[in-house]
Parts: sequence; structure tokens; C-alpha cells
Amino acid sequence: MRPTNVNLLKVLVPIKRTIDYAVKIRVSNGQVETNNVKHSMNPFCEIAVEEAVRLREKHKSLITSITAITLGPPKALDILRTALAMGADQAIHVEVKEGTIVEPLAVAKALQKVVERDGYDFVVLGKQAIDDDASQVGGVLAGLLGWPQANFASKVELGDDGKKVKVAREIDGGLETVEMDLPVVVTTDLRLNEPRYASLPNIMKAKKKPVEKLKPTDLDLDLTPRLETINVTAPPARQGGAKVGSVDEVVAKLKEAGVL
Amino acid sequence: MLLKTCIRNVPQCLTYRTAVVRATRSFVSSGVRSSTITKDKPAFPKGFVLDKLHNNFLDWTEEQKDIREAVAKIMEKYDDDFWLKKDLAHEFPTEVAKDLADHGFLGICMPEEFGGSARGISEAAVLLQTITESGGAMAGASCVHMNIFSLEPVAKFATHEQKARMLPGLIAGTERACFGVTEPNAGSNTLKLETMATRKGDKYVINGRKMWTSTAQRAQKILLLARTTPLKDVKKVTQGLSLFYTDLDHSKVEIKEIAKMGRHAIDTNMVFFDDWEIPAEDRIGEEGDGFKMVMHGMNAERVLVAAEALGIGYAALRKAAIYAKDRNVFDRSIGKNQAIQHPLAAHWMALEAARLMTYHAAKLYDDGVSSGEYANAAKYLASEAAFTTVERAMITLGGVGYAQEYHIERYMREIMIPRLTPVSNQMILNYISQQCLGQEKSY
Repeated sequence: MRPTNVNLLKVLVPIKRTIDYAVKIRVSNGQVETNNVKHSMNPFCEIAVEEAVRLREKHKSLITSITAITLGPPKALDILRTALAMGADQAIHVEVKEGTIVEPLAVAKALQKVVERDGYDFVVLGKQAIDDDASQVGGVLAGLLGWPQANFASKVELGDDGKKVKVAREIDGGLETVEMDLPVVVTTDLRLNEPRYASLPNIMKAKKKPVEKLKPTDLDLDLTPRLETINVTAPPARQGGAKVGSVDEVVAKLKEAGVL
Repeated sequence: MLLKTCIRNVPQCLTYRTAVVRATRSFVSSGVRSSTITKDKPAFPKGFVLDKLHNNFLDWTEEQKDIREAVAKIMEKYDDDFWLKKDLAHEFPTEVAKDLADHGFLGICMPEEFGGSARGISEAAVLLQTITESGGAMAGASCVHMNIFSLEPVAKFATHEQKARMLPGLIAGTERACFGVTEPNAGSNTLKLETMATRKGDKYVINGRKMWTSTAQRAQKILLLARTTPLKDVKKVTQGLSLFYTDLDHSKVEIKEIAKMGRHAIDTNMVFFDDWEIPAEDRIGEEGDGFKMVMHGMNAERVLVAAEALGIGYAALRKAAIYAKDRNVFDRSIGKNQAIQHPLAAHWMALEAARLMTYHAAKLYDDGVSSGEYANAAKYLASEAAFTTVERAMITLGGVGYAQEYHIERYMREIMIPRLTPVSNQMILNYISQQCLGQEKSY
């Protein structure tokens, strides 16, 4: 009997370097303080790297390579090395000058160029970055490529022949499951998986993995910002509430507040 | 001056006005603001990060920073409150040791052949500094310290058969070992140790006692330094000691815990040997080689303890700086007062100086330099800088610094350990006086 045709897959995982999720954000002079503040891989991006590695562990030779890519300053190389230590095979660093504003549209366009250059079949990335919460790159990229997309994935099931993927999406009403033909874009949500910690042997192995350096001009990238940040302020301090003793008091207070 | 340069580069056929406009545009778009054109220098992140363990060390290699990042992430699961609980309950942090073992960190210096990663002391120092700095302090370091480096004499001097027997368990974290060298009558003067190992056929009979043997309660193995030739029979005082790595038989060896000031999570003990027989095949190297083999790792030990002390110092400094920034008294942060911020600044400098000394000494060791001045100096500087930093942190926090839940008092109880061990800072002063300044030995 002839074996079923399998589609060998190249996976691309775009990742972003953001302020660490555990840092207490301080705002001064209308800007978020980033000096002396710890930066790490965006948590949703970590989940994306983990998902790619788990897919390869499950489907073995079906996945031929996992490539991590980032658009960022020289420092962003750190997160690429973390991705390599987690199990990615190679990395691409589109290097921009420190302090350059990189908007989601530019990122999506850069990724589109890379996808077209290298021929990826499966792009998995975080649903949003915790600094700007834009949540745009996944959707814009899918639109630019004309690919199906499934966002806020909480479960990803790849078909054994590598041709279809079933994704459970977290939506307000519950879970929505979609099935798509590859190539696809999937964005990850919190409950998809728990990312592994890099082990020392894997850190050692990562040192030998290739990192390709690209300039924005190599991808004909236009990084001109389209958005202007007018102001950044910290949320107002929480006002204390008041305790009441009875239902009548609650009603009275609500009337006082003009709500009832 | 720059504008003139821009205008000069504009084609001659243009009118002066167009030239100025074009030049201005290119001047502005090139983003140049200063009066000199500077090449784009990489922006190094500055100093010290408050909210998490920072990784901005300019003198560290990429690999060291990767290790720092990975270990800091693992240790995040075990916060200060976890360590306080372990300290109060006198409970060994087995889950931490296991976590680090499972991620391959215990074998950081050990041969690859047996599951290690064959990195240097520099990398081991990064590992230990990160463990203590995360809040684990000495308890965190001591739960894995033996596994990381203390078997170095075995890795260097044992036979292949012995290494294959002895190393894998420690690297995988499935075995725990303790180090029996110090005795009640032989601390600074190791050569005067009295525990005897008498050859009897294919066994050695051990008689004597060891003191300050940490983790013995839970150890399956012991690295034992004992006398195989009586002192009166040796030609040189450095001869006559032998090293053994053997099963610690808890039914035959008496282990009594010593009540300590701090680091309660890790037991420290007196160990009594009474005609205890051990296999002769557990002797490492030749009879009489013991001292030489143990000395080989001494400088590295000092570097590692220095790194551990530094971590505690930085942890305390971080807590003090955050508190100084966030605590408001008399309508401003207390850190605005110079009496608060100046001492912290001085301690940052002292810790950084000690840190640079420590990693310099580590690099010398990794490069094969055997001389001990920098390793000893590092231990001295790091332990003293860390101690005064912890003290200042408590003063900065004021009353709350005395409360257990703010953890400074735990750091203070534990930071004494690197000041006293593995060698006293006073012995280090002796060593530097003799080795670096040519002074007469006072003892």
C-alpha cells in the first residue's frame, strides 16, 4: 500500500523582547521607565516557542525546522538565545537601532517578507505583547499572506499528515474550535501550555545554533511610525470603598451616588 | 559647524536657499543633535535592576549571562517566603536541589562523560551567585554546593573506574555527599588533623571525628580526609593525609546535628568514627596524596563562596533600594535623603569591586593559574562587602528590617557563614601579608 503523502513543515516563531511581566511599571515624564528595568521574552511568545517545540516532540520528522525571529535592538539577541535553548533550531535577528520604534504593521510586513523568502508553513506567535497589548501582528500577518488564522489558541492539534490543524480558541462565550488547511497563522493564549525552563545542556547546544542577522533594508522595511503617543499615565490610585451594614444602606448609598 | 558640512556636500548647481533647506532636512533626518558626529555606540544597559535579578554584567560572557537568565528563572519559583519557611522548619529544600539537578546545573563543572557540562569555575560562580541572590542565601547554595564542585579531586585524580562509580549520582542529583575535613582540633591548621585511617587488608579502619560537616544527615556519601601516616612518621608536614570517597553508613557512623545561628534548612554536624571500616578501593589517588588533592580545589572554593556572599549582598541591596524608593516619610521617599542613598551607593561600589575581583579570580583559575592571592582576596572582599551591605539594608528598612517577613534578618544570620568559612578572613590577611607583602609568618 502506498504511504500517505505527508507535508513536511517549517515552523516560524516570531518573538518579542518586552519589560519582564513581574516588574512594577513606573511612569515618569509621560513615559514608561525602561532604564534599569528587567526585560525578557514576552510571556505569550514563550508559550509560542514551547508549542512549536512540543509539536516537534509529538510529530517528530514531520517538522523539519523551528526558526525563531525577532525585530529588535542588539539586546534582543538574548531572547533568541533563550528560544534556541528551549529547542528552536536557528534564529533570525532583524536588528534595529536601540530606541527605534517598531510598530506592529512593520513587524507584520517584515515577517511576510521572511515567510515568502524561506517558505514557512506554520507561523505561531504570541497573541499580544505585554508592553503595547496591540494584538495586531498575528492578524495583520495572516491578512498580508492571505492565510487562515486562529487566535487565542488554548489547544493546537496538528494532523499527522501535516495538512490540517485544529485549534481551540478562547472566546468570550467559551471555546471555539476551528479546522484550517496549512499554511496557517496561530496566536497563543495563556492556557495553551507551560513553557519549559532552559536546561544547562540545552544552553550549551544553543551556542552552536546559527543566528542570521538582517538589517531592515534587507527586507525593504519602512519603519516610519504611523502612530504618535500623546501621553502615558499610570492608572489612578484606587480609591478606598466603604463598608455598609444593611441592604437599606446599600440602596441609600447607590442613590447618593446618583446611580439609582 | 555641522550645517556647514551638510551644505558643502550639496551639489553646486543648486541655489544657496535650496541648499540650506536640503541640508537642514538631511541634518534633521540624520537625527544628529550634538555638535560632533559620533558613530552609533551600542547602548549598554546601566547598573542595577531593582525588581528582578539583573543580567547587565558587562564583564560576563554570553554563556554566563544565559546561565544567569536560566537559573534566575528556575529560582523565581522559590521566593523569599519559601526560604523563610524552610529556615523556620529546619527543612532541607530537596525540591530546589532536584529542580536544579533536573535542569542539568549540578554537573556544571563535571566531565561530560558522566553527564556534566565541563564549564569553568566562572560559570559555577554565576550559578551560585544567582541562587543566593534569588533569596535562597546560603541555604540555597549549600543544598547543591557539594554536588557542584567538591568532587573536583575525584574528577581530577581518581581512576576512570572510580569516576564512573562516584560521579554520575552526584551530577544527576540522585546522591548527596558531605565533606569531612575539619575537626574540633584542626580547623585553620588542616595538617594537624587527627582522624586516622589504618590499612587492614582490603579495608581502612577509620577512627576520629569531624566537625562542621554540613548535609551529613541526608548524605549517602562522604568525602573524607584522614591521616594514613602518623604525624611523627612523616618527613614533611603536608604528607601523611589521604582522601577517601565512600558510602556514609548511618548505622555505623554517629552524626550529631549542631544548633546554629542560621541556615537552619541545611544541617551541620559532628561526625564520630569508631573503628569504622571502609573499602580500600574508595581511596582516591595514593596514600599521602590527600592534602595535595584537596589543596588543588581550595582557590576555586574561595571563589565560589565569594560568589555566594555577593548574591546575598545584592539581594539585601535590592531590598534596601526598593524600600528607600517606595517608602514615603516627611512627604518624600526616604531614599531622597542623602543619609539613606549615599551608604547604599557606597555598598553598590564595594559589591561591584568585590564582584570584579571574584570573577577575575575565577578566570585566573579557569586559565590554570594556581596562585591564590586573588581567590583569597575575593573571598575576603565579597564576604565583608556583603556583610556591611546586609547591615546597612537593615538600617535602611528600620524597624521592619528586624521583622522576619522582610528577610533581612535571615540574610544577616546567614551572611556570617562566608565570613567565617571556608577559611577565616584573618587567615586570609595572614596569607596576603606573607605572599604579597613578604612579611614574616606570625604563627
